[in-house]
Amino acid sequence: MSGRPQRVLVTSPRTRAARRPRRPVTREIDEQTGLGEVYMRSLIRSQLRLGLTVCTVLGVLVGGLPLLFGLVPELREARVGGLPLAWLLLAGLIYPMFVLCGWWYVRQAERNERDFAELVDRDR
Amino acid sequence: MSTAYGLTAVSLVVAATVLIGMFGLRISRTTSDFYVASRTVSPLRNASAIGGEYLSAASFLGIAGLILAYGADMLWLPVGWTGGYLVLLVLVSAPLRRSGAYTLPDFAEARLESMTVRRVTSVLAVLIGWLYLMPQLQSAGLVLRTAAGTPVWVGTVLVAVVVTINVLSGGMRSITMVQAFQYWLKLTALAVPVLFLLIAWRQDAAPGLGGDAPPTFPERTTVSIGTDVTVRVPAPVTVEVRGRVDGAGRAGPLTLTAGEHTVARDTVVTFPAGAAVPHVADLPVRTDAEWLRPLAGREYPMYATYSLILATFLGTMGLPHVLVRFYTNPDGRAARRTTVLVLGLLGAFYLLPALYGALGRIYAPELLMTGRTDAVVLTLPGRLIGGTLGDLLGALVTAGAVAAFLSTSSGLAVSVAGVIAQDLMHGGVRSFRVATLLALLVPLGLALSVRALAVADVVGLAFALAASTFCPLLVLGIWWRRLTVAGALAGLIVGGGLAGTAVAWTIIGGPPGGLAGALLAQPAAWTVPAAFAVMIGVSLITPRSVPAGVARTMVRLHTPETLAVDRGTWHPKGA
Repeated sequence: MSGRPQRVLVTSPRTRAARRPRRPVTREIDEQTGLGEVYMRSLIRSQLRLGLTVCTVLGVLVGGLPLLFGLVPELREARVGGLPLAWLLLAGLIYPMFVLCGWWYVRQAERNERDFAELVDRDR
Repeated sequence: MSTAYGLTAVSLVVAATVLIGMFGLRISRTTSDFYVASRTVSPLRNASAIGGEYLSAASFLGIAGLILAYGADMLWLPVGWTGGYLVLLVLVSAPLRRSGAYTLPDFAEARLESMTVRRVTSVLAVLIGWLYLMPQLQSAGLVLRTAAGTPVWVGTVLVAVVVTINVLSGGMRSITMVQAFQYWLKLTALAVPVLFLLIAWRQDAAPGLGGDAPPTFPERTTVSIGTDVTVRVPAPVTVEVRGRVDGAGRAGPLTLTAGEHTVARDTVVTFPAGAAVPHVADLPVRTDAEWLRPLAGREYPMYATYSLILATFLGTMGLPHVLVRFYTNPDGRAARRTTVLVLGLLGAFYLLPALYGALGRIYAPELLMTGRTDAVVLTLPGRLIGGTLGDLLGALVTAGAVAAFLSTSSGLAVSVAGVIAQDLMHGGVRSFRVATLLALLVPLGLALSVRALAVADVVGLAFALAASTFCPLLVLGIWWRRLTVAGALAGLIVGGGLAGTAVAWTIIGGPPGGLAGALLAQPAAWTVPAAFAVMIGVSLITPRSVPAGVARTMVRLHTPETLAVDRGTWHPKGA
């Protein structure tokens, strides 16, 4: 283009906010645009954070037990209701704890996915 | 237990397994059927199938045996074998299902877009499968010996043949039905006898295990020695012997001095009531109070415990036969829900072996002398409950044990055969059949030639190998975009090489004593961090070999199936 710039007509939209062209986020993801990547990264990060939270809880509760038994020798001998504490925990209570952790994780993970789906489908 | 009851139990389970397998033949027609039962299995049935496949001879027999021998520290084994599913649930289950891969090599190829990584993964999957199959076949020999008095090799060969027929005739769909049935059979087979055992224990004034002495024979006990053993006698004792002791044939009373004695196989020794139980040379002598206490089992208990926790929690996700089950879920959400059900089913089952271990310490301490602690579950019903009821309960636990190694061996054979057929042969149903034979012949040869170790120990080594190779590949592959082909290869080779060396050393030579022995017998604590470090480190210095399609693969792995997004066009071979 050469010469004087052409005249441009500038007008204000009727609505207060500028209107974006309706472009579903799924297309941003499909075309791997910067925006699509941001959405994907946020989903992966929230799921990873959730997974690592469960692993940390597991690490502290389960991984802490041998250390606790090692540091506090009295606990190795401790009895609860006639049963040795170590056996009560490791041969009993730890299993319902696993199921609870798993159940909680599934609820949270499905919630993350629902939130993501709503976010992505909103503009359709 | 009378031989007739034991044989009937074995035949019934074998017949039921083969029949359900045959029934499945009519509905499995395509290659896809063979591999993953067309992904149309309901969550509870799928969870039962996972449980049925996962609860191997190591769980059914081995845990109770190790608890009897080593005490509280061994409680970590079932804890880890269950907790592994929790780690699998939160880090792997849904993305893995969404990847659409049938096998671990499929996943490696889909994520890293490299046939080299795929081939290395295939070799590792086959090795882990064989390592896991070998002790299953060995314990089959033990069960048949205990139940029917056959030589050890008979049971081993028999199970290998039954599994081959079963896999060849039905493929994966029938396996799913067989496995689901076998979970409930195994749970019943441990839960019902334990109720009767506990009643018998109460009627016996409920003897406890808090004493400051190693186990003694509660009454005059006759011990039959199955293999040549070296035992340590703690104090002089006069026994009745028929057979060979210290290399000399004996028939009649003999005073055993304190110290080591060799007893030849097929020798029968009768101990007076109250005599201390001589322990076989490689088992530690522990007082009952020590036995109850954590961190008193083996040498370097703190290291061994942490290494075991790491191997089991991280190794579960890398077992070939475990992963193949996740592809039978319809979607990622179902894969998660199935895994929670699995946690519940496994937890219910693993409440039981500790009871057998503790009761065995009281009522079957002679197993510490014969060294066959794996037989404790099979021995107890006949020991505590006499008569027909005892025989019937004995037959029930035998049936459960048969189910245990049949189901795990079938599942392993299917996945190992799948990998061999797809990656080392041309694929398709014919290759799958040839591969099935290969998948079973190698571990059969190993089972017959390698010395017998405690089944749960060998399975533990398979977990350590899986944790050192596939765990980093899966976790980093699913969550870390910057994983590169070079990084994955280096990590797999270093992790597999280190853990593989430790495994081979332990199985072939037996671990050396001291710290080196502990490091080799429980390698996960150093091999898993090494594998992760190498995989991450090499990936960071080779940023150019990040796969081109990683963004699309991440969309495929992580977006829920309800969203209409482009997931790429990759499909596993043979689909």
